[in-house]
Amino acid sequence: MQREVQRVRAAFGSGRSRALAFRRRQLEALRAMVQERERDILAALAADLSRSELNGYSQEVITVLMEIDLVLERLPEWAAAKPAQKNLLTMLDEAYIQPEPLGVVLIIGAWNYPFLLIIQPLIGAIAAGNAAIVKPSEVSENTAKVLTKLLPQYLDQDLYAVVNGGVEETTELLKQRFDHILYTGNAAVGKVVMEAAAKHLTPVTLELGGKSPCYVDRDCDLDVACRRIAWGKYMNCGQMCIAPDYVLCEPSLQDAIVQKVKEAVKEFYGENIKESPDYERIINLRHFKRLRGLLEGQKIAFGGEMDEATRYIAPTILTDVDPETKVMQEEIFGPILPIVPVQSAEAATRFINEREKPLTLYVFSRNSKLIKQMIDGTSSGGVVGNDVIMHFTLSSLPFGGVGSSGMGAYHGKYSFDTFSHQRPCLLKSLRGESVNKLRYPPNSQSKVDWAKLLVLKRFSRGKLSLLLLALLGVVVAVLIKACYH
Amino acid sequence: MVGTMSAVSEVVQRARAAFVSGRTRPLQFRVQQLEGLRRLVREREKDLVGALAADLHKNEWTAYYEEIVYVLEEIEYMIKNFPEWAADEPVEKTPQTQQDESYIHAEPLGVVLIIGTWNYPFSLTIQPMVGAIAAGNAVVLKPSELSENMASLLASILPQYLDKDLYPVINGGIPETTEVLKERFDHIFYTGSTGVGKVVMTAAAKYLTPVTLELGGKNPCYVDKDCDLDIACRRIAWGKFMNSGQTCVGPDYILCDPSIQNQIVEKLKKSLKEFYGEDAKKSRDYGRIINSWHFQRVMGLMEGQKVAYGGTGDVATRYIAPTILTDVDPQSPVMQEEVFGPVMPIVCVRSLEEAIQFINQRAKPLALYVFSLNDKVIKKMIAETSSGGVTANDVVVHITVHSLPYGGVGDSGMGSYHGRTSFETFSHRRSCLVRPLLNEEALRARYPPSPAKMPRH
Repeated sequence: MQREVQRVRAAFGSGRSRALAFRRRQLEALRAMVQERERDILAALAADLSRSELNGYSQEVITVLMEIDLVLERLPEWAAAKPAQKNLLTMLDEAYIQPEPLGVVLIIGAWNYPFLLIIQPLIGAIAAGNAAIVKPSEVSENTAKVLTKLLPQYLDQDLYAVVNGGVEETTELLKQRFDHILYTGNAAVGKVVMEAAAKHLTPVTLELGGKSPCYVDRDCDLDVACRRIAWGKYMNCGQMCIAPDYVLCEPSLQDAIVQKVKEAVKEFYGENIKESPDYERIINLRHFKRLRGLLEGQKIAFGGEMDEATRYIAPTILTDVDPETKVMQEEIFGPILPIVPVQSAEAATRFINEREKPLTLYVFSRNSKLIKQMIDGTSSGGVVGNDVIMHFTLSSLPFGGVGSSGMGAYHGKYSFDTFSHQRPCLLKSLRGESVNKLRYPPNSQSKVDWAKLLVLKRFSRGKLSLLLLALLGVVVAVLIKACYH
Repeated sequence: MVGTMSAVSEVVQRARAAFVSGRTRPLQFRVQQLEGLRRLVREREKDLVGALAADLHKNEWTAYYEEIVYVLEEIEYMIKNFPEWAADEPVEKTPQTQQDESYIHAEPLGVVLIIGTWNYPFSLTIQPMVGAIAAGNAVVLKPSELSENMASLLASILPQYLDKDLYPVINGGIPETTEVLKERFDHIFYTGSTGVGKVVMTAAAKYLTPVTLELGGKNPCYVDKDCDLDIACRRIAWGKFMNSGQTCVGPDYILCDPSIQNQIVEKLKKSLKEFYGEDAKKSRDYGRIINSWHFQRVMGLMEGQKVAYGGTGDVATRYIAPTILTDVDPQSPVMQEEVFGPVMPIVCVRSLEEAIQFINQRAKPLALYVFSLNDKVIKKMIAETSSGGVTANDVVVHITVHSLPYGGVGDSGMGSYHGRTSFETFSHRRSCLVRPLLNEEALRARYPPSPAKMPRH
């Protein structure tokens, strides 16, 4: 493990990932890989998650392709030095922020979107000029195999390596030194990653989870709302970090919501859901059993059918759920939608605030004021009003959590920034020494007074006055020098 | 002791309750607090200077110019600009989201812990606080116990000017700091050493608390042959010996060609005499080492070295003379740790490439300094190394520009602050997408069942 990391580090040390042309070529190669080997990638996703080709394409492959295109288009702009606003004393200097690579980045993927959650961060890491080691989730083993096979065929083999394994191997890997670690997964392992990173003072981006609440207001188009909620909830069989985890609504809406979600599910997957090519399966037996356990003692309004042999769990809705029960104590990550009745939007806000900050807040209402109030009254990684999931698709919005749902963010330019060091540079001339004279000892009250005059006045003056003040400063400095000699 | 421990918990809980009350949310409240802070600085300047004099032998000039002015500037800058930063920031939309509102909503994180340090005990504790207040957080301050006069002064005056519950001061040494780190915060801002930085981050990991670590390292100062040595050395001497060398962004050591070493020594000496006279001990402007432990440490670094100037110290007053060491061996102790004292080692290198290699073999420093009349030399040095920040042809001053983020990279730290960067560090930038409940037809394509033919990108 150590050798592998050292090899990658040496490749970074060679400097070849710095040139923009090199990074562009690697990204183009990545794009070629995705386009040429689409079959293999989709087959792996199908084997891991029973995901149809279309869903695999539209949920993972297309996002990756769009991200690569965006990055290729914007890379020169993002990588360029940004001039910074100067102040009075630095008016004649060059001041800018230069983005530079961090070095060797570690990306630890997750099993629910096993291709996307490795490749999308990798795009950012490459764009920022880093070397990278990716560690796909061992749970989605087919995708791990395909990544291990394909990445070295298309990308620089020394700069970008794939490391595989379970808990033991990952623990070994985390003992090595990296310059940034991006981890997608759960909070418990997130803590382990951050603790390991602390030993080397490695900054981390943690994309975690939580229970994303979905408040449905009475002033709402329930047909539309429930269709959208059902779409986001049952996609990938509920195994999505930004899935609406549970619904909060007034008791009077509960039955209607159940009815309309039921209708939407029928529209999506037909009468015989098991036969629908669009409905996925639970990743493995352990999660299947975990989810089965969550149903115990609950009022199942719809669904609940299970088949252990195929790891099938039907789209399920629970009603009148008690907040103290198991299904409300952990992130569900499955096709089970609990409805917790609350008396009002205020009660819903209180409910949300009594719990850990979620990755996403969902609010459905025609009343935009209410939506704003709920946003102001809570905190979460992100928010979507009147839909679910879609904020993920805007690369102009940083994607990340807060509190237990994570730290840091990525997508688009945010990926580039996450994997860069934004280095402030101030280039002065060896001339212009007179301006500095006020700062040198020996000190005196007159120097302090002049400094106070010049320094504090600068914010309330226009540009011309600033120039005059600068000249004044020079004159003063000269006078002081004359006084002392 | 037990009583003190639960008191820490109580203070943090009170700050959290005060935050949850929501009173920090309105911008007007935050402005009032910042104005209170500004009044504190102006009305209590004498007391602040007194504490700095007692802790570090600063005088009214050095106290003002090295610390107080930065805090006042930050407050002014923040009051003027933060309302703009606190407003929702619309972002670029995709074709699918043209009808929607998409923006980034800045919100407070909650309760922020700021652990201060002792070398600039006022500015390094209060300047971050300005950003934390502006972002709408409650702030728990833990000043450094090493600068004890400032620590007790802050505990006594802050409650007189700021909301008592929202911005408490907790004092104490390692035991109290360990207790504080057991509490849950929404962000921890720490200024200090790499060693303790690791402890802070490990403690933060237990709650998944994000951290900003402003650490240190050995800031290299490369002096090119093609240079105005008079000016370069004056600037270097100023930044190095300010606060008796106890500055995290001070030039730690010099790298230069052997042929200019003697000149550099002579010119540094000349500037030092201009600044502090023949005997720096007698100068009002020359600082003292913070405590005996650090005094012994810095004196120890001089052992076995070629002392070209200075080299003496007085343990009773913790005075160490401005000292220059020449032909320093990179393996010697003075080159193994951050000097953080008025001792300037000069290490000879034969070329720019060698200097770059030397720097890259070591941990990424907080600041990099390069002096040259040749712009290409400067650009090459910057391009082939990494560091928190850079100033070319001067030292320290890149941290005085508000629009430049101030922070380290690698062992010298993570995250940054100053100005807008402070505001963002202490905020959560929450992505918001608000759609109408209409236009359902436009969305039909995304719902199952999937069509027979797969659309291509």
